[in-house]
Amino acid sequence: MTDPKHPACNTFKYIGRRRRAVEHRRFVTGQGHYAADVTLPGLLHIAIVASPYASARIVSIDISRAMSVPGVHDVLTGEELTAQIEPMLPGVDAPKVARYPLATGVVRYAGEWVVAVAADTRALAEDAAEMVMIEYEQTPHVIDTEAAMAEDAPQVHPDHGSNIIWHRKFTWGAVDEHFAKADHQLNYRARWARSSTVPIETFVATCLWSDTTQILDVWASIQMPKYPDLLAKCLRLPGNSVRVHFDVDVGGSYGVKRGLKHSILVGYLAKKLGRPVRFLEDRLENMRGGDMQGPDRIFDVSLAFDSDGTIRSMRMRAVDDIGAYSGRSPLQLGKPVGAIVGPYRIASVEYDAYSVMTNKTPQEAVRGFGQAPTNYAIETGIDKVARFLGIDRIALRRKNLIGKDEFPYLIPSGTHYDSGDYETVLDKSLSAASFEVIEQQRDALRAQGLLAGIGISTCLEPSGGNSAFEPLFNAKNETTTWMDSCLIRIDLNGAVTALMGTSTSGQAHETLVSTVVGEILHIEPDSVRVLHADSLNALPSNSPVGSRMAIMLGGAAAGAAKILKSKLLAIAAHNLGVSEDALTYEDGNIFIRDEPGRRLDWTALVEIAHRQYHRMPAGMEPGLQEKFCWEVPTGGQLPTEDGRVQTYPCHSFECHVVLASIDPDTAKTTLHRYVVGHDCGVMISPDVVHGMTYGGVAHGLGAALLEKFAYSDEGQLLSGTFMDYLLPSAQEVPSITIVDHCTPSPLTVFGQKGSGEAGYLGSPAAIASALNDALSTVDASIDELPMTPQAIWRVLRNASFSTKETA
Amino acid sequence: MSSPPVTIEIKVNGLLRAQTVEPRTTLVDFLRDHLGLTGTHVGCEHGVCGACSILLNGEPVRSCCMFAVQASGMSVTTVEGLVPERGCLSNIQDAFCETHALQCGYCTPGMLIACHALIDHTPQPDEVQIREAIGGNLCRCTGYQQIVDAVKLATTPGYQNRKKPGVISGQPSQEAIKEISND
Amino acid sequence: MKAAPFEYVLAESLEHALECLDQYGTDARILAGGQSLVPMMAMRLARPSMLLDINRLAELNQVNIHKDVVSMGATTRQRTIEDNAQMHEAIPLVRDALRWVGHIQTRNRGTIGGSLAHADPSAELPLAAVVLDATLRLCSKTDGQRMVAAQDFFLGPMFTATGEAECLTSIDWPVWKGNGIRAAFDEAAMRHGDFAMASAACQLQIDENGICLRAAIGIGGLDGVPLAFPELAQQLIGQRIDEPIARELAQCAVQQTEPGSDLHADAAFRRQLAVVMLSRVLLSASLSRPNGTTLSSIHE
Repeated sequence: MTDPKHPACNTFKYIGRRRRAVEHRRFVTGQGHYAADVTLPGLLHIAIVASPYASARIVSIDISRAMSVPGVHDVLTGEELTAQIEPMLPGVDAPKVARYPLATGVVRYAGEWVVAVAADTRALAEDAAEMVMIEYEQTPHVIDTEAAMAEDAPQVHPDHGSNIIWHRKFTWGAVDEHFAKADHQLNYRARWARSSTVPIETFVATCLWSDTTQILDVWASIQMPKYPDLLAKCLRLPGNSVRVHFDVDVGGSYGVKRGLKHSILVGYLAKKLGRPVRFLEDRLENMRGGDMQGPDRIFDVSLAFDSDGTIRSMRMRAVDDIGAYSGRSPLQLGKPVGAIVGPYRIASVEYDAYSVMTNKTPQEAVRGFGQAPTNYAIETGIDKVARFLGIDRIALRRKNLIGKDEFPYLIPSGTHYDSGDYETVLDKSLSAASFEVIEQQRDALRAQGLLAGIGISTCLEPSGGNSAFEPLFNAKNETTTWMDSCLIRIDLNGAVTALMGTSTSGQAHETLVSTVVGEILHIEPDSVRVLHADSLNALPSNSPVGSRMAIMLGGAAAGAAKILKSKLLAIAAHNLGVSEDALTYEDGNIFIRDEPGRRLDWTALVEIAHRQYHRMPAGMEPGLQEKFCWEVPTGGQLPTEDGRVQTYPCHSFECHVVLASIDPDTAKTTLHRYVVGHDCGVMISPDVVHGMTYGGVAHGLGAALLEKFAYSDEGQLLSGTFMDYLLPSAQEVPSITIVDHCTPSPLTVFGQKGSGEAGYLGSPAAIASALNDALSTVDASIDELPMTPQAIWRVLRNASFSTKETA
Repeated sequence: MSSPPVTIEIKVNGLLRAQTVEPRTTLVDFLRDHLGLTGTHVGCEHGVCGACSILLNGEPVRSCCMFAVQASGMSVTTVEGLVPERGCLSNIQDAFCETHALQCGYCTPGMLIACHALIDHTPQPDEVQIREAIGGNLCRCTGYQQIVDAVKLATTPGYQNRKKPGVISGQPSQEAIKEISND
Repeated sequence: MKAAPFEYVLAESLEHALECLDQYGTDARILAGGQSLVPMMAMRLARPSMLLDINRLAELNQVNIHKDVVSMGATTRQRTIEDNAQMHEAIPLVRDALRWVGHIQTRNRGTIGGSLAHADPSAELPLAAVVLDATLRLCSKTDGQRMVAAQDFFLGPMFTATGEAECLTSIDWPVWKGNGIRAAFDEAAMRHGDFAMASAACQLQIDENGICLRAAIGIGGLDGVPLAFPELAQQLIGQRIDEPIARELAQCAVQQTEPGSDLHADAAFRRQLAVVMLSRVLLSASLSRPNGTTLSSIHE
């Protein structure tokens, strides 16, 4: 599916080719090494006693009965734990909003962990947990986001003084002037319900403390920047006392597996009890108390535009409900700053962002880190403008899409989009559908009495990661480093091993690194072994977040491999008595270009480097091992006073075209055709990219149609099992066609951009667009996700649309 | 309340395994914790996600919805038992690798079990049948497309047979399945 | 999510099973397929002190096809019936209903009797049972055996007429004789395999002129129990069922219900869905087809 015509894609031997992922060999035979597979002698197991109330004072805790159960080793309360550890602090300047693994004094959401029981088996721990007697005194709670913003609302963290943990209004460009001069203005509200990526594996943390080495070994299903460091800090251990084993296979994460509170709890108990301890979240604990729910947003948007469809300016107020505690969640309002205008030529933007606390389960980083909801809000508006003006939705997009000759394109909030050709991707998507055919299919569906519509979305996928929104959201946090590394060794036998310094949750990093190393060194990628380091012997990494690994890990692997290659060339030049530019490197062997008979093969070069110091160039390090550690391209700058900064370096793009129908009698949605056009520059591993795109679409479908963490007025989670939180199966996800395009990034070694969030960033918008196109035939629309049959039917009923009388 | 342990005997991947377990131990926990067969995964423990799927007397079931004691005298095949012999992959395992039908690998064992059972029943399934067969196995990585592609590939006549001749793809050997009492 | 401790008893005979039930009373739960019970135990919503496993009782696993009735042991696996051509012929509605029950894995273990005894108001088999006027056989040590009509068996959500020490042992499904027997089952659910927001079932006998000779209809998922409408069904006799007739009948039926609301569907929406489902199954079953063939409207 790689575009065969693009020169960038054809210059490579291994990059961009189909290749079986290295990781699959162990997964298909059941030999994966997941955190729950790690067994240690004497392992103890944890079960949790959770708060039944959204807000309450803890009056008393009686653990005596639980402690007396044989096989129970500890029953830990917040009072003890909190005194021994450092708090987890929010990503914004709100020091009074501290979080600890176990509640102390008060509980702030139903499901919050109050007591932890450690026992010989999980079953026994649960038995004992039932015997813990806790007396609560309920206190006022607030569940509704907007109600929580009122000054007299019950305060989730009274010491903070407000339920608004963070707020800032940015004005980039002459917004007022553009609104005043525009022909029209349109206002709307779009609501993104609380959903999340909900991996099939829950969070697991196993810790083992050694008194003799003073090392805490950690095996966890983790996907988190700076996890070992934060864990050490919170446990009051030196940084080199925590060894996180990154070779644990993580069973999916897509952002959420940040179980720092789980790990602190387990680490503390492991040290206290002198036994290995494991907490394996069960699904109930995970859904309600794992703190892994996602963005929960209200967007109020105004668009200023002219009669010819040119969109001049945007005002966006984004309110995000992060629940009762803060991790990096408020920062999910920040990443979208780097793509705040989407793929459009909008000259000015006002962004008024609020991060609000309520008595609900906390939110965590979700795939896209806020970009998917923001894209949904923007695309909703584009469709509305088109309808308002009576212009075709595709034509309106064409008018406003940044043109391929305008890159690098500077958006009002300070980010340069590196490269792109949005209109070609749009054309390719329409052609693949094909648009004419699906228009006919739509008409045929309508003729059968169904409501039918075509959805379009054209969305940005910023990639590469950057810490830039941290200082944007907290001026005291002056940080600009967002690095990654790779170490490569060629051993005495000439075999190549690469070391990466973070965990993997399905992104096939071993395949990525070996492909890159093979490309640079001209050796078969399958011969390159890629290992995951542990946090004590790893070079720095910032984890696979923000679609960054193809860029950063790929770039680091390439960097190290290039240094090795140049070292080999230097050794050869020295031994052949010529300058390096007279040499050709081919398939790991080096020869003089004009005298190919004079050569040094790979084996010979390795021998010299490892064993023949007398033949090495003066001053050269013996052996063949090189590292490469680098900063994210375009990174390293703090934001300006008015909040302008380059966020992510590279910008992928996706266009979704969807044909959907709604049965007017049952309000059931069917997706008939799904096409995604995708441009993430040069794809190092096309199958991996495609896989993530398909998966992202499925995530988006869930968010658009099925998934919601619904709460009662009492703050009880109503969808806390898989029977009510509805994940799409193979019978809900349609067949998906992907069509690729490639505009390489000028910032990366191969022209690659990131793509881990592909599909998810544009799919909810496209599905909503299709359903609203269907509903537009009866003058109805829904601007709230998920668009369930119930929600659709209410709208249909209000529109008085029915072909038959109903009861 | 007493919970006297029970001695059970289950044929797992062709080998007879006898253990004494608490009755409340589920079959999946028995396989993972007592037998060390960690290829079968736990995702929800309430019968929805399918990550725990195994073959029970040749048919796919959710091993989190069974107590191990119930499987005494029966034959269980886990993902580890789908390999026809060491160093080989079954057709469907191989096809999964070929079409990139997995990413994190967590749902994969259950998926393979479901696909294996489908192909045993329906050698040439169409897309509707494939999606129905895996309809009880949730995946959050793949969007199912490449899994469907894998089954289609594996059931293409002439798809390269990676098995050793004479061994039926993915099933335990004949010795393993004789004399199993009916449930 | 580990179950609370329990004593496990493997029933060696029906007599043994009934003896245990008599001894333990409400402290015991019967384990058949376990597809509903085991998850409930994992969530500790069910906490029997004794679990009586009846899966190995050969006498509960028999299926006998008689002239007028199919007598089905309570632990007959759902998949056995689903896959069986003779069942398709004799009791088409049961087979059609089974297509909607969970997924293949759940039907490999789930039993016919287990689903009926569990009595989830949205479940498919209870609806088929009341529509077909099935008879359920309950046995106990002290009171021997008694037969309960399906509509008297389901008393409320998860609540049946099964006595404290009783076990459901078999179900008699009436066989409709003659030509032109057609069945249809449809349901509206959020996803394939989910419990129904509303479901409908019917079995009809249509003569060669398209006239309805016999009818049985029902709705599930609305009230606390599945509902059959024998009197309304009578109104179909002698008619050629078309869309207006189907819809009017469906509306009459739904008017007799008092649906509840939940996260996915409120009462008004459930009523709407039920009317649609019942209309559709009536139309689907009444369409002209060769003798004896069953239509199943798989709602996409």
